[in-house]
Amino acid sequence: MDEVTLHKFDVVIVGAGGAGLMAALEASKAARVVVVSKLYPTRSHTGAAQGGIGAALGNVEHDNWEWHMFDTCKGGDYLCDQDAVEILAREAIETVYDLEHMGLPFNRTPDGKIDQRPFGGHTRDFGKAPVKRACYAADRTGHMILQTLYQQCLKNDVHFLNEYYVLDLIFTDKVCRGIVAYRLATGDLHTIEAKAVMFATGGYGRVFKITSNAHASTGDGMAIAFRQGIPLEDMEFFQFHPTGIYKMGILITEGARGEGGVLLNDRGERFMERYAPTLKDLAARDVVSRAIYTEIQEGRGIQGKDYVYLDLRHLGQSVIETKLPDIADFVRTYMGLEPSRDLIPTQPTAHYCMGGIPTDVEGRVVMDEKNTVAPGFYAAGECACVSVHGANRLGTNSLVDILVFGRRAGRHMLRYLPQAEPLPLPLQPEEAAQANIARLLKGKGKESAVGIRESLQENMMSLVGVYREETQMKQMIDKIGELRSRYADVKVQNQGKKFNTELVQAVELGYLIDTAEATVVAALARQESRGGHSRRDYPKRDDANWLKHSLVYTSSRGTELKYKPVVITRFPPKERVY
Amino acid sequence: MKITLEIQRFDPEKDAAPHMASYQVEAEPTDLVLDALHEVLWHQDGTLAFRRSCGHGVCGSDAMEINGVNRLACKVLVKSLGSKITVRPLRGLKVLRDLIVDMESFFDKYRRMKPWLITQGEEPVKERLQSPRQRAIFDDTTKCILCAACTSSCPSFWANDEYVGPAAIVAAHRFIFDSRDEATQERLELTNEKTGVWRCRTVFNCVEACPRDIDVTRAIGDIKRAILYNKT
Repeated sequence: MDEVTLHKFDVVIVGAGGAGLMAALEASKAARVVVVSKLYPTRSHTGAAQGGIGAALGNVEHDNWEWHMFDTCKGGDYLCDQDAVEILAREAIETVYDLEHMGLPFNRTPDGKIDQRPFGGHTRDFGKAPVKRACYAADRTGHMILQTLYQQCLKNDVHFLNEYYVLDLIFTDKVCRGIVAYRLATGDLHTIEAKAVMFATGGYGRVFKITSNAHASTGDGMAIAFRQGIPLEDMEFFQFHPTGIYKMGILITEGARGEGGVLLNDRGERFMERYAPTLKDLAARDVVSRAIYTEIQEGRGIQGKDYVYLDLRHLGQSVIETKLPDIADFVRTYMGLEPSRDLIPTQPTAHYCMGGIPTDVEGRVVMDEKNTVAPGFYAAGECACVSVHGANRLGTNSLVDILVFGRRAGRHMLRYLPQAEPLPLPLQPEEAAQANIARLLKGKGKESAVGIRESLQENMMSLVGVYREETQMKQMIDKIGELRSRYADVKVQNQGKKFNTELVQAVELGYLIDTAEATVVAALARQESRGGHSRRDYPKRDDANWLKHSLVYTSSRGTELKYKPVVITRFPPKERVY
Repeated sequence: MKITLEIQRFDPEKDAAPHMASYQVEAEPTDLVLDALHEVLWHQDGTLAFRRSCGHGVCGSDAMEINGVNRLACKVLVKSLGSKITVRPLRGLKVLRDLIVDMESFFDKYRRMKPWLITQGEEPVKERLQSPRQRAIFDDTTKCILCAACTSSCPSFWANDEYVGPAAIVAAHRFIFDSRDEATQERLELTNEKTGVWRCRTVFNCVEACPRDIDVTRAIGDIKRAILYNKT
């Protein structure tokens, strides 16, 4: 058996995107922290966020954090926990100022303040009209956040283990005690013992064929927690962003519509006026994506096909070059089009999972419907569900979420450390991870992971996409059963130790299958339409029966569903009209 | 279209030296080089190793030498290259396996530039003010994604790997010309060392290589002038 290297830290954080780095900055003020990432930190998917970070600074026009809170609750179709949303909207403001103090190069107003622009679903006066709330650095806000936080981590000597891939969590008597990781460069296993463990591992958009997500977004942390008996919350809610580049899924920021871009159907009609008379093209993402699907279905897709146009032509060259330069670059590079002259073919693209590992507002993972804390285990960012996004996330709120709750998790870990019980690790904590790797390398079958992954992605897209219905989701459940049994026999051909990409991608596929299953099981059970979960067979929201969070558990007996109530403090559910 | 993909292969567990291997790939003209590499990895040879993540030119993982020029594999369309595509790892950095190079020395040089905002005194309650004009001066160098395409295309870096290289200088530029930063003198001294800006011979390879269209040579020139005339 190969040697396993043991590392000891106070805190281990898995994932080096915004949530992980923000937590690391906080926790490293008073503890020995290591950040483990399967990529180099600056490759994390936070860097792909484009349009902005929402905060009611009121720099350009009057704004109020309570409006931000209301918009978030309404955007989430009232499934958000409003105590958490209040924290999000309040702390967004100081968080943006902190980013500026750290050096983030925001765009500026003529008087030198942080500039702000409109974004989908962000309004003034509780829904009356769009408000300029998104603070931005051109259309590379996420890139600048990731760079700035990484730079601060370098300044503060945060320790990184780059290109280490998490395979398991270690628990002793239900207390989290560390992780097991696989080093890509050598193929060795590493046990990282810690008093507190935080997952900031991102989403699982790669479960769908057309996605804006990085290849690395494979639900690793969510699936690992799931396998350890932690439930996944609200997994039926997946956001499709309205404007992905046709066929490729590459994101075109909502900021493009914030700057005045509009969607057009085959007749050249600005169809959003019919679906959302007040906010039009800036309605919440789930609303716009459904509108596009309906246009396509009723034959008004471009040339009858499954896409519509995004029109930026009237914005003029100068707005495009200064406020949307990366978008212009994508359109030129990937489509050979000129945004100031040509219409841009777009279609909804799988973008963001609202659900994830359930946590409280301190980032502590909670493992049941009574919100019992799993000691020593934290999560934040897309892999977590606080829940601030409810059934549909508003644009810019993912960046707010990762920073606000990443920081709160970092701070809480420092409070937890002195009381952490130094329970001994299990005798062979790496055993399960080792067995998983060995099984993939010595698989009984001949099939590689590739065909299984492609089938999973195609079927999830067509059977559990923007619109859902019972028969299709039942088909998907059968499909997952079939894919799971094929996966059990997968054989990785590459037997090498160093940078064995095929092996890593086979492990990732296992995680994707788990997250897909949690998604479909929760989606099939929820017999209503709410936010990012739209059922043709249950087209209405049903607060009487379904104003509750789902929790999917898995065990050797299969999956099990439980529910917990939604926290409602200020804004009772109302009909959602934009 | 049918393309022939020539890929430099090196398996440290088996090979004494790198060698070229040839693959026939069926591709759409609008496919990316990354798609072609995936086609090989997924359907022909599971031992191929390369880095990638975002797949659309913003994470900086998949910089490599494509038909002699450093590019991101996810930002080059197959049709722009013709039917024969040659892919090699970035030059001047140690090859770990196939197209994967050792990035540690690259990031060390970046870190040496102290790439973080340095200020004195108390922070204001709200934001520091900065005019759009002040912000525009360093806009270009904030775009860097640390892919190493520039540094590994630079003949001065190939000749002497003590040279911090264009990417590290771009990072220094981003702070030297940021009106909020108060360590200008220290940064100018750092870039004025013999491993710094004076090793740039204005070959412009870095400008050609940069997938973010940063005018790298101009940024280096800005710093040289600031050192000479002590003016930012």
